[in-house]
Amino acid sequence: MAVMKMTAAQVARKVIENKELFILDVRNKDSFEDWKIEGHSFDYLNIPYFDLLDGVDEILPKLPTDKDVLVVCAKEGSSLMVAEMVSEAGRDVFYLEGGMKSWSMYLEPIKVGDLTGGGELYQFVRLGKGCLSYMVISEGEAAIIDAVRFTEVFTNFAKEKNVDIKHVFDTHLHADHISGGRHIAEATGATYYLPPKDAEEVVFDYTPLEDGLTVNIGASQIEVGALYSPGHTIGSTSFIVDSKYLLTGDILFIDSIGRPDLAGLAADWVGDLRETLYHRYRELAEDLIVLPAHFMIIEELNEDGTVARRLGDLFIENHGLNIESDEEFRHTVTDNLPPQPNAYEQIRQVNMGKITPENDEQTEMEIGPNRCAVR
Amino acid sequence: MDVNQVLDAKGLACPMPIVRTKKAMDILESGQVLEVQATDKGALADLTAWSAAAGHTLLEHKEEADVLTFYIQKG
Repeated sequence: MAVMKMTAAQVARKVIENKELFILDVRNKDSFEDWKIEGHSFDYLNIPYFDLLDGVDEILPKLPTDKDVLVVCAKEGSSLMVAEMVSEAGRDVFYLEGGMKSWSMYLEPIKVGDLTGGGELYQFVRLGKGCLSYMVISEGEAAIIDAVRFTEVFTNFAKEKNVDIKHVFDTHLHADHISGGRHIAEATGATYYLPPKDAEEVVFDYTPLEDGLTVNIGASQIEVGALYSPGHTIGSTSFIVDSKYLLTGDILFIDSIGRPDLAGLAADWVGDLRETLYHRYRELAEDLIVLPAHFMIIEELNEDGTVARRLGDLFIENHGLNIESDEEFRHTVTDNLPPQPNAYEQIRQVNMGKITPENDEQTEMEIGPNRCAVR
Repeated sequence: MDVNQVLDAKGLACPMPIVRTKKAMDILESGQVLEVQATDKGALADLTAWSAAAGHTLLEHKEEADVLTFYIQKG
Protein backbone atom coordinates (compact mmCIF):
# COMPACT_ATOMS: atom_id res chain seq x y z
CA MET A 1 0.00 0.00 0.00
CA ALA A 2 1.00 3.58 -0.45
CA VAL A 3 3.26 5.78 1.64
CA MET A 4 2.05 9.38 1.39
CA LYS A 5 3.56 12.62 2.54
CA MET A 6 1.64 14.98 4.82
CA THR A 7 2.91 18.52 5.28
CA ALA A 8 2.85 20.58 8.47
CA ALA A 9 0.30 22.83 6.72
CA GLN A 10 -2.02 19.86 6.14
CA VAL A 11 -1.68 18.79 9.77
CA ALA A 12 -2.46 22.38 10.83
CA ARG A 13 -5.72 22.28 8.83
CA LYS A 14 -6.67 19.06 10.64
CA VAL A 15 -6.08 20.75 14.00
CA ILE A 16 -8.06 23.85 13.07
CA GLU A 17 -10.91 21.97 11.40
CA ASN A 18 -11.12 19.54 14.31
CA LYS A 19 -10.46 16.51 12.09
CA GLU A 20 -9.45 13.08 13.32
CA LEU A 21 -5.91 11.82 12.94
CA PHE A 22 -4.00 8.89 14.37
CA ILE A 23 -0.40 9.79 15.13
CA LEU A 24 2.21 7.07 15.37
CA ASP A 25 5.03 8.99 17.00
CA VAL A 26 8.30 7.07 16.64
CA ARG A 27 10.51 9.40 18.69
CA ASN A 28 11.81 8.22 22.05
CA LYS A 29 9.48 8.27 25.03
CA ASP A 30 10.95 11.37 26.70
CA SER A 31 10.68 13.48 23.56
CA PHE A 32 7.08 12.42 23.03
CA GLU A 33 6.04 13.13 26.61
CA ASP A 34 7.76 16.50 26.52
CA TRP A 35 6.20 17.75 23.30
CA LYS A 36 3.91 16.35 20.62
CA ILE A 37 1.46 17.43 17.93
CA GLU A 38 -1.72 18.42 19.75
CA GLY A 39 -5.14 18.18 18.14
CA HIS A 40 -8.70 18.25 19.49
CA SER A 41 -9.46 14.84 17.96
CA PHE A 42 -6.05 13.22 17.61
CA ASP A 43 -5.14 9.77 18.94
CA TYR A 44 -1.59 8.68 19.64
CA LEU A 45 0.68 5.69 19.80
CA ASN A 46 4.29 6.27 20.84
CA ILE A 47 6.74 3.51 19.91
CA PRO A 48 10.35 4.53 19.26
CA TYR A 49 11.56 3.65 15.75
CA PHE A 50 14.42 1.67 17.23
CA ASP A 51 11.97 -0.76 18.78
CA LEU A 52 10.53 -1.41 15.33
CA LEU A 53 13.72 -2.36 13.49
CA ASP A 54 12.70 -6.03 13.43
CA GLY A 55 9.26 -5.28 12.06
CA VAL A 56 5.95 -3.60 12.68
CA ASP A 57 3.74 -6.68 13.03
CA GLU A 58 3.23 -6.09 16.74
CA ILE A 59 1.78 -2.63 16.29
CA LEU A 60 -0.39 -3.29 13.22
CA PRO A 61 -3.46 -4.26 15.28
CA LYS A 62 -3.18 -0.95 17.10
CA LEU A 63 -3.30 1.14 13.92
CA PRO A 64 -6.85 2.12 12.94
CA THR A 65 -8.08 1.50 9.41
CA ASP A 66 -10.92 4.04 9.51
CA LYS A 67 -8.79 7.19 9.80
CA ASP A 68 -5.51 8.58 8.49
CA VAL A 69 -2.39 7.26 10.20
CA LEU A 70 0.52 9.72 10.33
CA VAL A 71 4.01 8.58 11.33
CA VAL A 72 5.98 11.34 13.05
CA CYS A 73 9.60 11.63 14.12
CA ALA A 74 12.05 14.42 14.89
CA LYS A 75 13.27 15.22 11.40
CA GLU A 76 11.62 12.79 8.92
CA GLY A 77 14.07 9.94 8.30
CA SER A 78 12.78 7.51 10.90
CA SER A 79 9.13 8.20 10.16
CA LEU A 80 9.73 7.45 6.49
CA MET A 81 11.44 4.16 7.40
CA VAL A 82 8.58 3.11 9.67
CA ALA A 83 5.96 4.29 7.18
CA GLU A 84 7.55 2.11 4.51
CA MET A 85 7.42 -0.88 6.83
CA VAL A 86 3.77 -0.24 7.64
CA SER A 87 3.03 0.16 3.96
CA GLU A 88 4.77 -3.12 3.10
CA ALA A 89 2.57 -4.75 5.70
CA GLY A 90 -0.41 -3.69 3.62
CA ARG A 91 -1.59 -0.41 5.11
CA ASP A 92 -1.96 3.09 3.69
CA VAL A 93 0.10 5.45 5.76
CA PHE A 94 1.37 9.03 5.86
CA TYR A 95 4.64 10.43 7.18
CA LEU A 96 5.19 14.02 8.31
CA GLU A 97 7.38 15.93 5.90
CA GLY A 98 10.28 17.49 7.83
CA GLY A 99 9.15 15.89 11.11
CA MET A 100 8.62 17.79 14.35
CA LYS A 101 11.21 20.27 13.14
CA SER A 102 8.90 21.48 10.39
CA TRP A 103 5.89 21.28 12.72
CA SER A 104 7.68 23.60 15.15
CA MET A 105 8.26 26.09 12.35
CA TYR A 106 4.87 26.16 10.63
CA LEU A 107 2.80 29.37 10.86
CA GLU A 108 -0.87 29.66 9.90
CA PRO A 109 -2.16 33.20 9.34
CA ILE A 110 -5.79 33.54 10.47
CA LYS A 111 -7.91 36.68 10.28
CA VAL A 112 -9.06 37.77 13.73
CA GLY A 113 -11.34 40.55 12.56
CA ASP A 114 -11.98 43.76 10.66
CA LEU A 115 -10.83 47.13 11.93
CA THR A 116 -12.25 50.62 11.42
CA GLY A 117 -12.16 51.86 7.84
CA GLY A 118 -11.40 48.56 6.13
CA GLY A 119 -8.40 47.53 8.22
CA GLU A 120 -7.70 43.95 9.20
CA LEU A 121 -6.03 42.14 12.06
CA TYR A 122 -4.31 38.80 11.48
CA GLN A 123 -3.04 36.31 14.01
CA PHE A 124 -0.17 34.07 12.91
CA VAL A 125 -0.62 30.84 14.81
CA ARG A 126 2.50 28.73 15.28
CA LEU A 127 0.68 25.57 16.32
CA GLY A 128 3.76 23.46 17.01
CA LYS A 129 5.26 25.92 19.45
CA GLY A 130 2.20 27.79 20.69
CA CYS A 131 3.53 31.18 19.54
CA LEU A 132 1.17 33.88 18.30
CA SER A 133 2.27 36.86 16.18
CA TYR A 134 0.11 39.68 14.85
CA MET A 135 -0.18 41.92 11.81
CA VAL A 136 -2.35 45.03 11.74
CA ILE A 137 -3.15 46.14 8.20
CA SER A 138 -4.72 49.41 7.10
CA GLU A 139 -4.61 51.50 3.95
CA GLY A 140 -1.41 50.12 2.50
CA GLU A 141 0.48 50.00 5.78
CA ALA A 142 1.16 47.32 8.35
CA ALA A 143 2.42 46.91 11.91
CA ILE A 144 3.71 43.61 13.25
CA ILE A 145 3.72 42.56 16.87
CA ASP A 146 5.80 39.70 18.35
CA ALA A 147 7.03 38.28 15.06
CA VAL A 148 8.69 34.87 15.23
CA ARG A 149 11.93 34.32 13.38
CA PHE A 150 10.49 33.21 10.05
CA THR A 151 10.63 36.71 8.69
CA GLU A 152 9.69 35.79 5.13
CA VAL A 153 6.28 34.56 6.23
CA PHE A 154 5.53 38.13 7.33
CA THR A 155 7.20 39.98 4.48
CA ASN A 156 5.54 37.69 1.92
CA PHE A 157 2.16 38.11 3.57
CA ALA A 158 2.60 41.89 3.49
CA LYS A 159 3.48 41.67 -0.20
CA GLU A 160 0.40 39.55 -0.86
CA LYS A 161 -1.74 42.14 0.91
CA ASN A 162 0.07 44.93 -0.88
CA VAL A 163 1.05 46.75 2.31
CA ASP A 164 4.31 48.29 3.56
CA ILE A 165 5.52 47.20 6.98
CA LYS A 166 6.06 50.44 8.92
CA HIS A 167 6.25 49.42 12.57
CA VAL A 168 7.56 46.26 14.22
CA PHE A 169 7.05 45.72 17.96
CA ASP A 170 8.13 43.16 20.51
CA THR A 171 6.00 43.27 23.66
CA HIS A 172 9.03 42.10 25.64
CA LEU A 173 12.41 40.41 25.29
CA HIS A 174 11.32 36.87 24.47
CA ALA A 175 12.86 33.88 26.21
CA ASP A 176 11.08 30.98 24.56
CA HIS A 177 11.49 31.78 20.88
CA ILE A 178 13.77 33.84 18.68
CA SER A 179 12.25 37.12 17.59
CA GLY A 180 12.13 38.04 13.91
CA GLY A 181 11.23 41.64 14.71
CA ARG A 182 14.61 43.27 14.33
CA HIS A 183 15.34 41.45 11.06
CA ILE A 184 11.97 42.33 9.54
CA ALA A 185 12.62 45.97 10.41
CA GLU A 186 16.08 45.82 8.82
CA ALA A 187 14.70 44.23 5.66
CA THR A 188 11.80 46.63 5.24
CA GLY A 189 13.04 49.90 6.71
CA ALA A 190 10.37 49.71 9.41
CA THR A 191 10.91 51.05 12.92
CA TYR A 192 11.72 48.39 15.51
CA TYR A 193 10.45 49.02 19.03
CA LEU A 194 11.43 47.24 22.23
CA PRO A 195 10.65 48.14 25.86
CA PRO A 196 13.81 49.88 27.14
CA LYS A 197 13.66 48.14 30.52
CA ASP A 198 14.01 44.78 28.75
CA ALA A 199 16.66 46.11 26.40
CA GLU A 200 19.41 47.21 28.77
CA GLU A 201 21.81 44.63 27.39
CA VAL A 202 20.88 44.65 23.70
CA VAL A 203 23.66 45.43 21.27
CA PHE A 204 21.62 46.98 18.44
CA ASP A 205 19.68 50.21 17.98
CA TYR A 206 15.97 50.24 18.65
CA THR A 207 13.21 52.72 19.29
CA PRO A 208 12.00 52.73 22.91
CA LEU A 209 8.53 51.32 23.41
CA GLU A 210 7.17 53.47 26.23
CA ASP A 211 3.82 53.56 28.02
CA GLY A 212 1.36 55.71 26.11
CA LEU A 213 3.17 55.55 22.76
CA THR A 214 0.72 55.47 19.89
CA VAL A 215 1.20 54.95 16.18
CA ASN A 216 -1.37 55.18 13.43
CA ILE A 217 -1.49 52.54 10.75
CA GLY A 218 -2.52 53.98 7.40
CA ALA A 219 -4.12 57.36 7.14
CA SER A 220 -7.26 56.39 9.05
CA GLN A 221 -8.04 56.05 12.70
CA ILE A 222 -6.45 52.72 13.43
CA GLU A 223 -4.41 53.32 16.47
CA VAL A 224 -1.96 50.99 18.12
CA GLY A 225 -1.37 52.18 21.66
CA ALA A 226 1.16 50.89 24.19
CA LEU A 227 0.26 50.11 27.81
CA TYR A 228 3.09 49.35 30.22
CA SER A 229 2.21 46.05 31.87
CA PRO A 230 5.23 44.55 33.67
CA GLY A 231 5.37 41.18 35.39
CA HIS A 232 6.53 38.55 32.91
CA THR A 233 9.51 40.80 32.33
CA ILE A 234 10.09 44.23 33.80
CA GLY A 235 9.54 45.86 30.40
CA SER A 236 6.48 43.87 29.26
CA THR A 237 4.11 46.13 27.35
CA SER A 238 0.61 45.46 26.03
CA PHE A 239 -1.08 47.03 23.01
CA ILE A 240 -4.58 48.25 22.42
CA VAL A 241 -5.46 48.09 18.73
CA ASP A 242 -8.35 50.14 17.35
CA SER A 243 -9.91 50.40 20.84
CA LYS A 244 -11.06 46.84 20.27
CA TYR A 245 -8.22 44.39 20.84
CA LEU A 246 -5.84 43.98 23.77
CA LEU A 247 -2.56 42.33 22.83
CA THR A 248 -1.28 41.03 26.14
CA GLY A 249 2.10 39.58 25.15
CA ASP A 250 3.15 37.03 27.77
CA ILE A 251 1.28 38.67 30.65
CA LEU A 252 -2.18 37.20 30.25
CA PHE A 253 -3.16 34.10 28.29
CA ILE A 254 -6.56 32.50 27.75
CA ASP A 255 -6.26 29.78 30.37
CA SER A 256 -3.20 30.92 32.32
CA ILE A 257 -1.06 33.91 33.23
CA GLY A 258 2.56 34.84 32.57
CA ARG A 259 5.38 33.49 34.68
CA PRO A 260 7.73 36.03 36.22
CA ASP A 261 10.92 33.97 36.42
CA LEU A 262 12.38 33.63 32.92
CA ALA A 263 14.61 36.66 33.24
CA GLY A 264 15.75 35.43 36.65
CA LEU A 265 13.82 37.74 38.95
CA ALA A 266 10.61 35.96 39.92
CA ALA A 267 10.46 37.30 43.46
CA ASP A 268 11.01 40.90 42.37
CA TRP A 269 8.38 40.88 39.66
CA VAL A 270 5.50 39.15 41.41
CA GLY A 271 4.21 42.49 42.64
CA ASP A 272 4.36 43.96 39.13
CA LEU A 273 2.51 41.00 37.69
CA ARG A 274 -0.20 41.31 40.33
CA GLU A 275 -0.50 45.05 39.76
CA THR A 276 -0.84 44.59 35.99
CA LEU A 277 -3.38 41.77 36.12
CA TYR A 278 -5.47 42.95 39.08
CA HIS A 279 -5.34 46.72 38.64
CA ARG A 280 -4.09 47.99 35.27
CA TYR A 281 -6.10 45.48 33.24
CA ARG A 282 -9.14 45.93 35.52
CA GLU A 283 -9.36 49.55 34.43
CA LEU A 284 -9.74 48.57 30.78
CA ALA A 285 -12.99 48.02 28.91
CA GLU A 286 -14.24 44.48 29.48
CA ASP A 287 -15.28 44.21 25.84
CA LEU A 288 -11.68 44.30 24.65
CA ILE A 289 -10.71 41.06 22.94
CA VAL A 290 -7.57 39.60 24.50
CA LEU A 291 -4.97 38.38 22.02
CA PRO A 292 -1.99 36.78 23.80
CA ALA A 293 1.47 35.96 22.44
CA HIS A 294 1.06 32.26 23.29
CA PHE A 295 -1.27 29.41 23.88
CA MET A 296 -0.27 26.43 25.96
CA ILE A 297 -3.02 23.87 25.39
CA ILE A 298 -5.13 23.08 22.36
CA GLU A 299 -8.33 23.87 24.29
CA GLU A 300 -7.35 27.54 24.11
CA LEU A 301 -8.02 27.56 20.35
CA ASN A 302 -11.38 28.86 19.15
CA GLU A 303 -13.35 27.03 16.47
CA ASP A 304 -11.79 29.11 13.70
CA GLY A 305 -8.29 28.36 14.98
CA THR A 306 -7.74 31.78 16.54
CA VAL A 307 -6.71 32.31 20.14
CA ALA A 308 -8.85 35.19 21.40
CA ARG A 309 -11.29 35.84 24.25
CA ARG A 310 -13.20 38.79 25.69
CA LEU A 311 -11.35 40.38 28.62
CA GLY A 312 -14.49 40.39 30.76
CA ASP A 313 -14.86 36.64 30.22
CA LEU A 314 -11.28 36.04 31.30
CA PHE A 315 -11.91 37.97 34.53
CA ILE A 316 -14.49 35.30 35.29
CA GLU A 317 -12.91 32.18 33.79
CA ASN A 318 -9.15 32.54 34.11
CA HIS A 319 -7.94 31.06 37.38
CA GLY A 320 -4.92 33.38 37.42
CA LEU A 321 -7.22 36.43 37.53
CA ASN A 322 -9.19 35.06 40.46
CA ILE A 323 -6.66 34.57 43.22
CA GLU A 324 -7.80 36.66 46.18
CA SER A 325 -4.84 36.85 48.48
CA ASP A 326 -1.46 38.33 47.58
CA GLU A 327 0.20 35.48 49.41
CA GLU A 328 -1.52 32.77 47.40
CA PHE A 329 -0.77 34.67 44.20
CA ARG A 330 2.91 34.85 45.10
CA HIS A 331 2.90 31.13 45.83
CA THR A 332 1.19 30.30 42.53
CA VAL A 333 3.59 32.23 40.32
CA THR A 334 6.87 31.47 42.09
CA ASP A 335 6.58 27.96 43.53
CA ASN A 336 6.17 24.75 41.57
CA LEU A 337 6.70 26.47 38.24
CA PRO A 338 6.79 24.28 35.14
CA PRO A 339 10.23 23.53 33.67
CA GLN A 340 11.79 26.48 31.87
CA PRO A 341 11.68 26.55 28.06
CA ASN A 342 14.44 24.81 26.13
CA ALA A 343 17.62 26.92 25.88
CA TYR A 344 15.82 29.99 27.23
CA GLU A 345 18.99 31.72 28.35
CA GLN A 346 20.60 31.33 24.94
CA ILE A 347 17.41 32.48 23.26
CA ARG A 348 17.50 35.66 25.32
CA GLN A 349 21.10 36.20 24.23
CA VAL A 350 20.07 35.83 20.58
CA ASN A 351 17.23 38.30 21.06
CA MET A 352 19.67 40.77 22.61
CA GLY A 353 21.87 40.43 19.53
CA LYS A 354 24.75 39.06 21.59
CA ILE A 355 25.00 35.78 19.73
CA THR A 356 23.99 34.89 16.18
CA PRO A 357 23.74 31.12 15.79
CA GLU A 358 23.35 29.35 12.45
CA ASN A 359 19.83 28.64 11.29
CA ASP A 360 19.99 24.95 12.25
CA GLU A 361 21.16 25.85 15.73
CA GLN A 362 18.28 28.30 16.10
CA THR A 363 15.90 25.50 15.14
CA GLU A 364 17.41 23.23 17.80
CA MET A 365 17.15 25.95 20.44
CA GLU A 366 13.45 26.39 19.77
CA ILE A 367 12.56 22.69 19.93
CA GLY A 368 9.84 21.94 22.47
CA PRO A 369 6.87 23.75 23.99
CA ASN A 370 7.01 27.43 24.99
CA ARG A 371 6.27 27.13 28.73
CA CYS A 372 5.77 30.83 29.38
CA ALA A 373 2.74 30.44 31.61
CA VAL A 374 1.62 29.35 35.03
CA ARG A 375 -1.82 27.89 35.57
CA MET B 1 38.92 -0.03 26.69
CA ASP B 2 38.93 -3.18 24.57
CA VAL B 3 36.98 -2.38 21.46
CA ASN B 4 36.08 -5.29 19.19
CA GLN B 5 34.68 -3.30 16.33
CA VAL B 6 34.37 0.33 15.26
CA LEU B 7 31.35 1.66 13.39
CA ASP B 8 31.68 4.95 11.58
CA ALA B 9 28.19 6.47 11.39
CA LYS B 10 29.40 10.04 11.01
CA GLY B 11 27.38 12.15 8.65
CA LEU B 12 24.45 9.73 8.72
CA ALA B 13 21.03 11.05 9.66
CA CYS B 14 18.50 9.36 11.87
CA PRO B 15 17.56 6.45 11.71
CA MET B 16 20.74 5.17 10.03
CA PRO B 17 23.12 5.38 13.04
CA ILE B 18 20.88 3.02 14.98
CA VAL B 19 20.09 0.79 12.03
CA ARG B 20 23.84 0.31 11.42
CA THR B 21 24.53 -0.12 15.13
CA LYS B 22 21.94 -2.85 15.39
CA LYS B 23 23.38 -4.69 12.39
CA ALA B 24 26.88 -4.48 13.82
CA MET B 25 25.73 -5.68 17.24
CA ASP B 26 23.93 -8.66 15.69
CA ILE B 27 27.30 -10.05 14.56
CA LEU B 28 29.17 -9.48 17.84
CA GLU B 29 29.35 -12.00 20.68
CA SER B 30 27.89 -11.29 24.09
CA GLY B 31 30.35 -9.23 26.14
CA GLN B 32 32.11 -7.72 23.13
CA VAL B 33 32.26 -3.94 22.72
CA LEU B 34 31.25 -1.83 19.73
CA GLU B 35 32.48 1.71 19.30
CA VAL B 36 30.03 3.91 17.41
CA GLN B 37 30.93 7.33 16.05
CA ALA B 38 28.04 9.57 15.04
CA THR B 39 27.38 13.21 14.30
CA ASP B 40 23.57 13.14 14.48
CA LYS B 41 22.71 14.92 17.74
CA GLY B 42 19.65 12.74 18.28
CA ALA B 43 21.91 9.68 18.52
CA LEU B 44 22.64 10.38 22.17
CA ALA B 45 19.09 9.97 23.47
CA ASP B 46 18.21 7.29 20.94
CA LEU B 47 21.29 5.06 21.37
CA THR B 48 20.97 5.34 25.14
CA ALA B 49 17.32 4.26 25.06
CA TRP B 50 17.89 1.61 22.41
CA SER B 51 20.82 0.02 24.25
CA ALA B 52 18.78 -0.28 27.42
CA ALA B 53 15.75 -1.68 25.60
CA ALA B 54 17.86 -4.18 23.62
CA GLY B 55 19.65 -5.42 26.72
CA HIS B 56 23.05 -3.95 25.89
CA THR B 57 25.18 -1.79 28.18
CA LEU B 58 26.22 1.70 27.15
CA LEU B 59 29.61 1.75 28.91
CA GLU B 60 30.58 5.28 28.03
CA HIS B 61 29.91 8.11 25.65
CA LYS B 62 31.75 11.32 24.89
CA GLU B 63 31.50 14.29 22.59
CA GLU B 64 34.56 15.80 20.92
CA ALA B 65 34.50 18.30 18.06
CA ASP B 66 30.86 17.52 17.22
CA VAL B 67 31.51 13.78 17.05
CA LEU B 68 29.63 11.61 19.52
CA THR B 69 31.41 8.38 20.43
CA PHE B 70 29.66 5.51 22.16
CA TYR B 71 31.00 2.28 23.64
CA ILE B 72 28.32 -0.35 23.79
CA GLN B 73 28.79 -3.80 25.26
CA LYS B 74 26.62 -6.54 23.85
CA GLY B 75 24.28 -8.09 26.40
